[in-house]
Amino acid sequence: MKRVYVNEKWCLGCHLCEYYCAFASTNEKDMARALKDIRIHPRIRIEEKDGISFAVSCRHCDEPLCVKGCITGALTRKDGIITIDRNRCIGCYTCILSCPFGAVSPSEDGAIQKCELCIKTAGGTPKCVEGCPNGAIVFEERGE
Amino acid sequence: MKYVIIGNSAAAVGAVEAIRKNDREGRIVIISNESYHTYSRPLISYLLLGKTDENKMKYRSDSFYSENGCELMLNKTAVRIDPDKKTVLLDDGQNVSYDRLLIATGSSPFVPPVKGLEKVKNKFTFTTLDDAKRLESVLEENTKVLIVGAGLIGLKCAEGISRKKVETVCIDLSTRVLSSILDEEGSEIIKRHLENNNISFFLNHQIIELSENTAILDDNTEIPFDVLVMAVGVRPNISLLKDIGGKTNRGIVIDERCRTSIPDIYAAGDCCECIDVSSGEMRVMALLPNAYMQGECAGMNMSGADYVFDKAIPMNAIGLFGKHIITAGTYAGDVYYEADQENYKKLFYSNNKLNGYILIGNIEKAGIYTSLIRERTPLDTLDFDLICKVPGLMAFSKEERACKLGGIA
Repeated sequence: MKRVYVNEKWCLGCHLCEYYCAFASTNEKDMARALKDIRIHPRIRIEEKDGISFAVSCRHCDEPLCVKGCITGALTRKDGIITIDRNRCIGCYTCILSCPFGAVSPSEDGAIQKCELCIKTAGGTPKCVEGCPNGAIVFEERGE
Repeated sequence: MKYVIIGNSAAAVGAVEAIRKNDREGRIVIISNESYHTYSRPLISYLLLGKTDENKMKYRSDSFYSENGCELMLNKTAVRIDPDKKTVLLDDGQNVSYDRLLIATGSSPFVPPVKGLEKVKNKFTFTTLDDAKRLESVLEENTKVLIVGAGLIGLKCAEGISRKKVETVCIDLSTRVLSSILDEEGSEIIKRHLENNNISFFLNHQIIELSENTAILDDNTEIPFDVLVMAVGVRPNISLLKDIGGKTNRGIVIDERCRTSIPDIYAAGDCCECIDVSSGEMRVMALLPNAYMQGECAGMNMSGADYVFDKAIPMNAIGLFGKHIITAGTYAGDVYYEADQENYKKLFYSNNKLNGYILIGNIEKAGIYTSLIRERTPLDTLDFDLICKVPGLMAFSKEERACKLGGIA
């Protein structure tokens, strides 16, 4: 299946992916207006240190520890994509305890949040990939 | 092939989902002594808190059993296994035959003998949906609730019932709260936090006598109460296997394929004990993720695959009145320590391995530490100083990152 892959050699550390991610979950048309004066809570996060930077988001694991460990059944994997039913999530953070990539995070409203490959917001074309100015984040099928 | 599963919670669901990956045809029979669709037991406190409801508590969708071709036998208790005839006797006299059997019977609350306990009318345990409903039905504003046990069950109960504006007192024989998952300093932080949320504690005490509405402690303190909740702990339900000579200790002893000592009988979940890879010792690790993964492992092997689950560790994610705690592993070895007003972090390591950790407050990316414990990652393969401060993939080698993020093997 197609996944988000990251090549740290090309990452500029510009954080645009984070802004595009945050923008994707708003219903606004204009990014600047949508994100003006707010603290964003993106599901993709840049790690950076000493000139190295790269983006981290859900790997949509074949053997997802977050899904297996979810105490409510709110995290599920369908057609290879792991999604969260925010209505059922009670914010126990067992998935944060479980994810080996640190790709699940608390959200503002108590439920957890994670990358869902924009299937709920942008028709399944990840906005972080579209917004990356240097091709450091790609959405493609690789040999599995 | 006919699969019989005794139990209807996380381990049972894990087994069903695994069996159906390998075998769409075989019969699956689930025997439960409760009357409910599979539900998440840890959610009972969230039910009282009003953060979930009975429908949302369902651990799987309404169509789970039909989609997976399961025959559900509710309100039936398995009484005895006959391993020669390969049958399970139920309390209504029926015999259910099996080719492969999974014991996923969970655990039961342990209620210690206390003088006068029989005089208490409003007494409860707190592990099932029925427990939660019965408890909720007697609570009113200002009801005095005495919880015996300041562990995970007792404290989640205290949080759950707080919505009813009750007066809660919690007592424990231990000198500290959450003594099974926290160290002393962590316990103190959480105790203060709970006290700020109107929970009172009598620690390092036990009840020597009860009357209908009063508990007398070992120092003769008298605590009046309307409702008593016994949350001292749970014991694995092992009797089905023990009665037929299967290997048990505190829990049913299983191997890394979730097999018991008796052929064609598997066990998974809170009724079991297995190797804790963070310490190398056999342990009961009664927690939902392990239950699911053991059930899954059992189901895979029951349906013909060769599948190993050898990465069980103790681990807990728990929130109490808005404060989050994540812990995992064994608290042994050298210590990395960091704390401020809001946050507390301790990492325990020795022999080039991370053994355990405690995070209170900031729990972000905790799973990166969990994976170091679970995978027994040699710490000299990463930037340990960095990862102590900031859990992240930055601490791994460039090659390791390319593999994790770039899909490059």
